[in-house]
Amino acid sequence: MMKIGVLALQGAFIEHEKMLASLGAESFEIRQLKDIDQPMDGLIIPGGESTVQGKLLRELGLMEPLRGLISGGLPVFGTCAGLILLAKSIDGGEAPHLAVMDITAKRNAYGRQLGSFAANGVFKGIGSVPMTFIRAPYISSTQGAEILAEVGGKAVAARQGNMLVTAFHPELTEDTSVHSYFLDMAAAARESAAV
Amino acid sequence: MSDRLELNKNLAQMLKGGVIMDVTTPEQARIAEAAGACAVMALERIPADIRAAGGVSRMSDPKMIKGIQEVVSIPVMAKCRIGHFAEAQILQAIEIDYIDESEVLSPADDKYHIDKTKFDVPFVCGAKDLGEALRRINEGASMIRTKGEPGTGDVVQAVRHMRMMQSEIRRIGSMAEDELYETAKSLAVPFELVKYVHDNKKLPVVNFAAGGVATPADAALMMQLGAEGVFVGSGIFKSGNPEKRAAAIVKAVTNFTDAKLLAELSEDLGEAMVGINEQEIALLMAERGK
Repeated sequence: MMKIGVLALQGAFIEHEKMLASLGAESFEIRQLKDIDQPMDGLIIPGGESTVQGKLLRELGLMEPLRGLISGGLPVFGTCAGLILLAKSIDGGEAPHLAVMDITAKRNAYGRQLGSFAANGVFKGIGSVPMTFIRAPYISSTQGAEILAEVGGKAVAARQGNMLVTAFHPELTEDTSVHSYFLDMAAAARESAAV
Repeated sequence: MSDRLELNKNLAQMLKGGVIMDVTTPEQARIAEAAGACAVMALERIPADIRAAGGVSRMSDPKMIKGIQEVVSIPVMAKCRIGHFAEAQILQAIEIDYIDESEVLSPADDKYHIDKTKFDVPFVCGAKDLGEALRRINEGASMIRTKGEPGTGDVVQAVRHMRMMQSEIRRIGSMAEDELYETAKSLAVPFELVKYVHDNKKLPVVNFAAGGVATPADAALMMQLGAEGVFVGSGIFKSGNPEKRAAAIVKAVTNFTDAKLLAELSEDLGEAMVGINEQEIALLMAERGK
């Protein structure tokens, strides 16, 4: 059984846990350093406020250990704020957080809550998926990551090795396909590590 | 419109596990964001000062709210008076992220709340029991908070309201389905909402604690009682060291069951808001808008 750690500092982490449970994967919450003592096959960084999660990552001493795990190949999936936390650079000169993925994120790229929207988009390797954007970012440029989905000409999903990000929230819809995609990534990583 | 409602409920989901702080100036907004607030509530006077000043309390100056929108990247909320849909229209026009139709301000309508289904921006409303919560949700609220007793620094009413809601949710959760019709009637809400609570054992929207939270321990208490996040109003900027207290409350909400960490967070916070006990106050804001 796949075991996924879900960063639970702030935001919509319970929605990810439910999604994982519906796909038969186990999950546990990461709220402080001792929570990552256990082995995991993957990590999810949920939506919420990236400023809050970034600050708590630093102050709870989780930033370096998680950066090390991700750089060492731990599969990671970031949605919305998670995308911003993983990006190596953020438009507007804001300091990056985990800074492991070769993308540039534009925060609040669609404006305030009145700019939030739902759409259907084509996700490479999956097909059409429902996408919910809540005060969402997009990927303004990539420096090595592969773009997996675009909406309105803007990159909203990308992958680089074992890192997957979406600007939208698959955990807020009924569609489990993006989470399945991530669990497949995690399973492949586990197999290649076992060889 | 139902798409919009869904998106608005979704924004509340993103705020979960976070602390929403009252701020009155751009400077305070910056402090709140740096301390880890997941959103700020822009208002001219914090509830403790509204209480002290007396008189009619209204929506804040849009210019003041815009000043705060300019300096932070997190969501900005603002309050309108209960039933004052024109104030709400103005707040929507300046693209506020969330409107709090709030009992902290003087009610503009003693009978009707705002028909929130007519708006694109989301609304949060206060409630002291399940009936009030479901009535506000039926009117279009996409987030609920306990009323508590704002501006007092006394958590007793927030506790009472949260316990009341949770115990009513548990009671409805254990009912036979054919008993739900009578409950819907007595709560004066549609059957579908009662059925949702019965099936899911929770409100159909996110539920925060508010009104009287002043310390990391207060925040942890509310989270353990079932709150999904916390509003802190007067408790921060009426205290001795707002930065430190705000940051400590943020961490207390994330690790609300770790007593050892809560002990560390509670150290050296400086003077807490003095506060007033509920027996000492003449005006119970929680009695506004049922």
